[in-house]
Amino acid sequence: MLEQLSWKVGGQQGEGVESTGETFAIALNRQGYYVYSFRHFSSRIKGGHSNDKVRVSLKQYRSIADYTDVLLAFDQESIDVNVQEVRQGGVVIADSKFNPTAPEHVRLFSIPLTKIAEECGSAIMKNMVSLGASACLLGLPINTFREVVEERFLRKGQRIVDQNMEAISRGFNYMRELGGADPQFALRPADGTRRLFMMGNEALGLGALAAGARVMPAYPITPASDVMEYLIKQFPKVGGVVVQTEDEIAAINMTIGAAYGGARAFTCTAGPGLSLMMEAIGLAGMTETPVVIIDTQRGGPSTGLPTKQEQSDMLAALFGTHGEIPKIVLNPATTEECFTVVGKAFNLAERYQCPVIIMTDLQLSLSKQTTEPLRLEDVVIDRGAVASEEDLAAAAGGEFPRYRLTDSGVSRRVFPGTKGGLHHVTGVEHMETGRPNETAGNRKQMMEKRMRKLQGVEIEDSVVRTGDESPDIAIVGIGSNIGAIAEAKEWLQRDGLKVAHVHIHAILPFPKRQLQAALSGAKQVVVVENNATAQLRHLMSFFGVDCPNAHSFLKYNGQAILPVEIYEFCKEMN
Amino acid sequence: MATVKDFRNNVRPNWCPGCGDFSVQASIQRALAALGKEPHEVAIVSGIGCSGRISGYINTYGFHGVHGRALPAAQGLKLANRHLTVIAAGGDGDGFGIGLNHFMHAVRRNMDITYIVMDNQIYGLTKGQHSPTSAHGFEAKTTPQGNIENAIIPTQVALGAGIGFLAQGFSSDVNQLVQLIEQAIQYRGFALVNVFSPCVTYNKINTYDWFREHVYNLDQVPDYDPTDRAAAMQMVVKTGGLATGLIYRDDSRVPYEDQIPGYPERALVEEDLTLSGEIFQNALKQFA
Repeated sequence: MLEQLSWKVGGQQGEGVESTGETFAIALNRQGYYVYSFRHFSSRIKGGHSNDKVRVSLKQYRSIADYTDVLLAFDQESIDVNVQEVRQGGVVIADSKFNPTAPEHVRLFSIPLTKIAEECGSAIMKNMVSLGASACLLGLPINTFREVVEERFLRKGQRIVDQNMEAISRGFNYMRELGGADPQFALRPADGTRRLFMMGNEALGLGALAAGARVMPAYPITPASDVMEYLIKQFPKVGGVVVQTEDEIAAINMTIGAAYGGARAFTCTAGPGLSLMMEAIGLAGMTETPVVIIDTQRGGPSTGLPTKQEQSDMLAALFGTHGEIPKIVLNPATTEECFTVVGKAFNLAERYQCPVIIMTDLQLSLSKQTTEPLRLEDVVIDRGAVASEEDLAAAAGGEFPRYRLTDSGVSRRVFPGTKGGLHHVTGVEHMETGRPNETAGNRKQMMEKRMRKLQGVEIEDSVVRTGDESPDIAIVGIGSNIGAIAEAKEWLQRDGLKVAHVHIHAILPFPKRQLQAALSGAKQVVVVENNATAQLRHLMSFFGVDCPNAHSFLKYNGQAILPVEIYEFCKEMN
Repeated sequence: MATVKDFRNNVRPNWCPGCGDFSVQASIQRALAALGKEPHEVAIVSGIGCSGRISGYINTYGFHGVHGRALPAAQGLKLANRHLTVIAAGGDGDGFGIGLNHFMHAVRRNMDITYIVMDNQIYGLTKGQHSPTSAHGFEAKTTPQGNIENAIIPTQVALGAGIGFLAQGFSSDVNQLVQLIEQAIQYRGFALVNVFSPCVTYNKINTYDWFREHVYNLDQVPDYDPTDRAAAMQMVVKTGGLATGLIYRDDSRVPYEDQIPGYPERALVEEDLTLSGEIFQNALKQFA
């Protein structure tokens, strides 16, 4: 019996690979399994190999597996590309249509998926036939899929539902006749707990809704677009608006305009868009306008790898803007955190009146995964310092001191339209009233006012540490690598090593104190990141984290980091 | 009720004496007073350049952003508070050079804002380079042997993009300019008032006198019908873009704000941001 399963479906992009994977994943999630899926796809609509790898387990792993137990192939290419990762004795289920061949280390089941589907009504149901065959192998009743099939097809009529269920059933039976019902592949039953199943981008969208975001100007880009597509459906219920702008420069400037107007406004992009936004992020810093920018990192530079995993925008997020501004950069690692991080980002943006960048990565943004309950009460709204009636009365007759010098550096905001709050806002260096002033004395005190806001600040829980005290190895990670590191840690501990996992959830203000404490006593430190130049490790050193025995585990081929890779890297060191 | 005086502040513009922008400043102040607006009900969002400073020279809310992006910022502001009178302003470089993309799309999007361009056919603040509205052959610091590019004709571009309100003014005809700005602000949708606003320091060609000789004032053309788009197009072509007055107006347009599904009548800035538990629970169902 299997405690966990690694299942993969592959075919040409556009032939139902994604829907097959999703139907399988949702159905199993509803049985109470933990599911984590990762899509391999290309920047094109039709054609080209794509696959969807799904991990099913009784405990949560936020990572795909190193190997594959079962490969479902819609074409020979899917076998050729993926079979090397199918474990010894693993199974390949393939369409007889293309006379599939597979190496000897796997068991190949050739099933006339397309032919059976045609007999059921339409060739496109070959994915359902393949799911039926999978169900037989894994010891799952075909009704496992009924609910999902009904949700997908009932609006097209009961007949379509029946045809799809028939296709699943025929696939199941065909597999059984081939002797494919194998007890060693039977999945240990789950407890039936219903959990959420969503991708990071959806959690971000839901989080924005809960956080009171009302204006989202954005330009479509992979892997960010799901956020705007999600909110454009949700916003009419709360009176918000998504504007698909002409470019990212318009998106960020419109966001700034809306935030100046008093709305909670944010935009969402990926690396190329972040680059275009840099000048205006400086404007937000200079004018102390609270905006939130989500950067769903993908492979860079330039167009780079638009549909692949990378974490290489960190230095750009921190240092991309010309000049010097206070800024906050948050790095969620899980879907649950994607949900809460947007509210947190808005609160920080409004408390410190500065831009906040939320960085995800493609794996976190797009991987659909089992998600623990999300609670609305975990999102609180704190709008920071806004002018009171007394403040307005105090300024009566004169200009409102929007940039009043204070000990904290934070001054009260007032929104346009407010009587008694007239003031000027400019990206030019300015005085307390917002009027331009380029004198040396004013420049110095206003620069210090702005920078004072985050001086000495570390965002709470910027670093989360788990594992052993005085570890042989402390593994430092960020973003979606949380799952692969957690698993590698367990394997290393099983081998007798003492291991800690130190995950960073904010890189600006850089949590030097928290990180230093989390690394204390570690004999060696491994910093795991998806880029070629060790950006995170360099940040640690730049911000003065003392860790002499630091090594970098780097991966920059566009693929997700696997637990085994971290494990082997650490083993080689010891 | 506010008077013209209430729209003045004590900030002295850093424009050269004689600059056309002074007339634009005065015209906006007069128009706002004539329309019965209060200073706090108005926000002026401007770009970068000499004329971009205008948001600081009128006693309203003012936002002076980055170069070329006044329109995106103004549209964002309008979305946050649909009851504000939002005026975007800037120069020809800001609006038709670096910001032309945003202009085309602001026209297309059609939010209820007014865009006033102070068009002097030169880059003044950077001291005399040619601008996107400089004529072919125009000599400037960056075209010492004459401009080999053709000029953008703002009125032609605006009509081509499908604008719903188009007017053109001239700094030396303040009475007409006040009228045009008033109408533009009252118009429900995106309105452009392009103003020939001479640079007395760097543009020795397109001077006040040059414009006096060359503009074609539609106020003096009794049978001109500004609701006829084809006639308007013909006019801006025939005059090489030098027609002044109300060029085109289409009152059948519905502004962007009125078309956003579920967008409240109340300003977003006044909305309660707390999400109802019911909406949240319903939203979760999609992922269950």
